[in-house]
Amino acid sequence: MGAYIVRRLLLMLVTLVGMSILIFVMLRLVPGNITDIIFDSAGFVNPAQKAKIERQLGLDQPIVVQYVNWIGGLMKGDLGYAYVSEKPAIDEILPRIPVTAKLAALALIFSVLFGVPLGVLSAVRQNTALDYVLRVISLSGLSLPSFWLGLLILMGFVHFLGWIPIYRSDTGSMWEELVLLSIPAAAVGFRSSALVMRLTRSSMLEVLRQDYIRTARAKGASEGSINYDHALRNAVLPVVTIIGIEAAFLIGGLIVTETVFNIPGVARFLVEAIRWRDYPIVQNLVMFIAIIVVLVNFLVDLMYVALDPRIKYED
Amino acid sequence: MRSKLAFAVALSVAATTVALPALAQKQGGTLRIYHRDNLPSASIHEEATISTVQPFMGVFNNLVVFDQQKPLNTMETIVPDLAESWAWDSTNTKLTFKLRQGVKWHDGKPFTAKDVQCTWNKLTGKDPDDFRKNPRAIWWQNLKEVTVNGDHEATFVLNRPQPSFLMMFASGYTPVYPCHVSTKDMRTNPIGTGPFKFVEFKRGDSVKFARNPDYWKKGKPHVDAIEWKVIENRSTRILAFVAGEFDMTFGTDVTIPLLKDVTSQAPKAVCELAPTYVSSNLIINPKAPPFSDPKVRRAMALAIDRKAFIEILSNGRDDISGAMLPPPAGVWGMPPEELQKLPGYSADVEKSRAEGRKIMEGLGYSEAKPLPVKVATRNIAVYRDPAVILIDQLKKVHIAGELDVVDTSIWHAKVTRGEYAVGLNLTGVGVDDPDVNLYENYSCNSERNLTKYCNKDVDALIDKQSQELDVGKRKKVVWEIEHKLAEDLARPIIAYQRAATCWQPYVKGFVLHQNSIYNNWRYEDVWLDK
Repeated sequence: MGAYIVRRLLLMLVTLVGMSILIFVMLRLVPGNITDIIFDSAGFVNPAQKAKIERQLGLDQPIVVQYVNWIGGLMKGDLGYAYVSEKPAIDEILPRIPVTAKLAALALIFSVLFGVPLGVLSAVRQNTALDYVLRVISLSGLSLPSFWLGLLILMGFVHFLGWIPIYRSDTGSMWEELVLLSIPAAAVGFRSSALVMRLTRSSMLEVLRQDYIRTARAKGASEGSINYDHALRNAVLPVVTIIGIEAAFLIGGLIVTETVFNIPGVARFLVEAIRWRDYPIVQNLVMFIAIIVVLVNFLVDLMYVALDPRIKYED
Repeated sequence: MRSKLAFAVALSVAATTVALPALAQKQGGTLRIYHRDNLPSASIHEEATISTVQPFMGVFNNLVVFDQQKPLNTMETIVPDLAESWAWDSTNTKLTFKLRQGVKWHDGKPFTAKDVQCTWNKLTGKDPDDFRKNPRAIWWQNLKEVTVNGDHEATFVLNRPQPSFLMMFASGYTPVYPCHVSTKDMRTNPIGTGPFKFVEFKRGDSVKFARNPDYWKKGKPHVDAIEWKVIENRSTRILAFVAGEFDMTFGTDVTIPLLKDVTSQAPKAVCELAPTYVSSNLIINPKAPPFSDPKVRRAMALAIDRKAFIEILSNGRDDISGAMLPPPAGVWGMPPEELQKLPGYSADVEKSRAEGRKIMEGLGYSEAKPLPVKVATRNIAVYRDPAVILIDQLKKVHIAGELDVVDTSIWHAKVTRGEYAVGLNLTGVGVDDPDVNLYENYSCNSERNLTKYCNKDVDALIDKQSQELDVGKRKKVVWEIEHKLAEDLARPIIAYQRAATCWQPYVKGFVLHQNSIYNNWRYEDVWLDK
């Protein structure tokens, strides 16, 4: 197990190096650069002034030198300066991370709390009215675009009920913030919960047909014990995988939700930075997301061992 | 007729608002306004967008300014600001400003004539710490130098007489910057002498300003703070205004179709529809064949049905015009009867299109074999919508257009490099004055002349009108220029847009300007009747 962990950590390092090169190169393949964009709000482009800004930002240097400078800085904890705000990139990124982290955590909690129990319920009540209702809900969760769902929720909660404000001059208490974030989190988590629900249902249906379930039933075990102790424990492995993947892909849903609900998080900021070709912000943020994804996958793999005693990673 | 009536109503509403200061202004409160997008920087001199000038104008003062309580920007509505008075010399080439004494920058340093000299040295590229970009450099091309006489007098020495030179000083685009603050700091942490001190700029989230307690205009401003919240999603921000979370919309953010929704959902809100002096215009790259052929360009101009454009886009509320904003809001534009005399402005559109088709058929094109062209435009609805109508209208003269949507952030770069054949562009004009509009958009040496249109005769006429002291004679020359621009198809103007700004009924003391969207955002007279 120890050797496996070391091997995985090394592999993670290689993946991250590859990712950093990919991010760096792809960002520079996108048409336009920051100097074009800086001039755009002035309604013209002056080639001499443009070249001067490129020199100031180090964009006139060979791409390899730019990459080495970035990675070198990263190693020392220096993320560089944001091109647009001309402030240290870390000062722009750090305050936004907690907002998105809270939103993502709440969305994930929502998807697990709703997805798993309702998936189990749908499986054990297969082909009943309840199953059909839950299947319709899960299908709608997968098919409703999150921007549309977000706008619907916004209309309901802001315009009609007046429960959540769009404009807030202060953040309020931690509890107040969590309550406010729970509504947009539900909008993001709805899609994930639908996916978790469907996967839980199909895994459960497969497990419920196994011989050992029949044996447990023959031995007189209660339905609750059969469903939750025997079936769910064995059906949960693919669900854990999908939760891990969803955690990584949540950022996509958060971009839309943060935009619609006007939440000043890191996901919306990333899109904004891409639009502005603010390389230091984009490459550091995407790198940060890549690290999260790689770590979550690693943790999911380790969780398999805890959840299923049959799984052992060879040294 | 409808626009004249609407204008009269708007003016009387504005006049009523102005006549109300008998009501005692209440002090205090926070003015909450939403911002439509991420503002590029805080430095007004380096930007050419309402996104910067609207929130930051209140941080600064100008030497003179357009009266914030009068709806029209004219020479007569210019009032003193940091300059107490001004005078031309007998040769009309020296403009001397007597400066106000005892004014302090927000950091406590005194304001002097050196600051004035410094600002214009930066604008004319004479200061080593010059602006990173200088979009209105052309405004000051006639400025030879700025001299100072002590701390409270500055003289602008011109190369030749330019009677409307003062108009440019009065724009929201022309604040006085402090000499002791770098241009870099002015982009992120601006210091001014104005009614509001800059507090915080959280990118993509908010901008905050606080009342300047040492403001030299005693008793102003009335509100304690202004908070701007950036909401890029239009549905979200309109919903927030309707729900009462904001006191004002972003200026001109409410389009004519949206106005109906806002007034029905927030019936108490005050919404004013005004000309924006922002035109949608056709840009043709004269270096891209076959558009290098004037005949093709002429056929394109003949295809345009401006009335159909404004009917579709604004229920007929936008203004058909030449280069200058038309009356009644515009001081220099042509009335409809004059406008119809311009090439391509005939009321008989079918006749014009028949002529256009004839030209194209002469060049070997037909309905079966149209000229294919990509119509480039910026990927924003206000650009895309007219571009789609343009493509439809070009079909009438055997031109098959295809929409080429360009990422908004690289639009100007692409156009400047000439990487387009035909495009649909929007152009805003800072001050309703021929010197501003014509030099900036049509003179050979302007960097903001996007199509690089250059006609030495037109340049000579622009110079001629610029030196003319008699307003009537000057207008005649301006209209002559309009004819030439229409003949040359220099950036044909399709329409000047109108848009609304809304505020809650308790917001008092705000007057929307009718012939520019860049000059009335000082907010020092605004108060909240709560």
